[in-house]
Amino acid sequence: MMTWLLIIGIGIATYGIRLSFITIFSKREIPPFVLRLLRFVPMVVLSAIILPQLVLLNNSLNLTLANPRWIAGLLAGIVAWRTRNVLLTIVVGMVALWVLQAILQS
Amino acid sequence: MTTPRAEFFMGIRDELPILLGTIPFGLIYGVSARSFGTSPVLTQAMSLLVFAGSAQFVTVQLLGAGVPLAVILLTAIIINLRHALYSASLAPYLKPLGFGWRILLPYLLTDEVYAVTITHYQQPGPGASRHWYFLGAGLVLWSTWQTGTAVGLVLGAHIPASWSLDFALPLTFIALVVPALKRGADGIAAGLAGIVAVLAAGLPFNSGLLIATFVGITAGMFFESRGGKQPANHEREGSVSSQTEPVQTLLLYPEEECEQ
Repeated sequence: MMTWLLIIGIGIATYGIRLSFITIFSKREIPPFVLRLLRFVPMVVLSAIILPQLVLLNNSLNLTLANPRWIAGLLAGIVAWRTRNVLLTIVVGMVALWVLQAILQS
Repeated sequence: MTTPRAEFFMGIRDELPILLGTIPFGLIYGVSARSFGTSPVLTQAMSLLVFAGSAQFVTVQLLGAGVPLAVILLTAIIINLRHALYSASLAPYLKPLGFGWRILLPYLLTDEVYAVTITHYQQPGPGASRHWYFLGAGLVLWSTWQTGTAVGLVLGAHIPASWSLDFALPLTFIALVVPALKRGADGIAAGLAGIVAVLAAGLPFNSGLLIATFVGITAGMFFESRGGKQPANHEREGSVSSQTEPVQTLLLYPEEECEQ
């Protein structure tokens, strides 16, 4: 039951955040400071989600060939930077991971 | 050309490449929610109520680890706080719309939808029907996410872990974030946040994310105010772009394009 309340709470909070400037505060000017701050939020939060998934293996830093994820992620990052192409980035990253995993297992 | 119908289908079409990342991620969300012990009904309900993949994924992980609910709520809010930027960035374009649109479209406002929609709004030309583009992109992503969750729940353990489908999430985020890093301050903010998140990964309650977010934003704003000659120019009339680049990037205020 409490879990349901949690899910509903997260749902309401998320919807509220999405509504914020479009509907709730639509009449007010957004202070420049707030905009400056908000501008950093997506890249900072997403980076904090991405990087640990790439470089941590079994909860410890692993930048060796035994951890293919950081290599595949790095390749994907280069592709994203050079091409700005979402499809290509995902394909290269996924294929690189599979190839590296196959090499590791053999 | 810009009939509501044409806009709607253009939105769907532009969203399609991103779905390549959404499908495996939806699957793996369904699969791992089961493995973490979250009930199927709750898992699907969360896709409907929250509709934010990374927050949902972290939530089922933390639920499985028995983390206090207040901490999970706080974590989910931090992860989803970035949608406030998307909301602020799209608000001027949605202002002329009726109340119905302005409570429907925010429900669909995810990273993947924002990325294509903001780019589309910033194209020159008549824009009166562009909310239909938003709706098309949003609905196709929404349907994919709901279906992916359901299929993942059904397939469950039949999807071998060796396929590493969970890797689709960081890949999608890499594809959206990397092109958005335009200035030195961006790189510093994102890089530091990533490093702190790695260093703090062992801390209890997933608090590393909170610390990393705080450090990243503080560092970014500090370096921006030191190095930034041009004060951030948030004229929101995004009429600059005649960009030839592919649309699907997380372009955040691209009108303040500046060399690092």
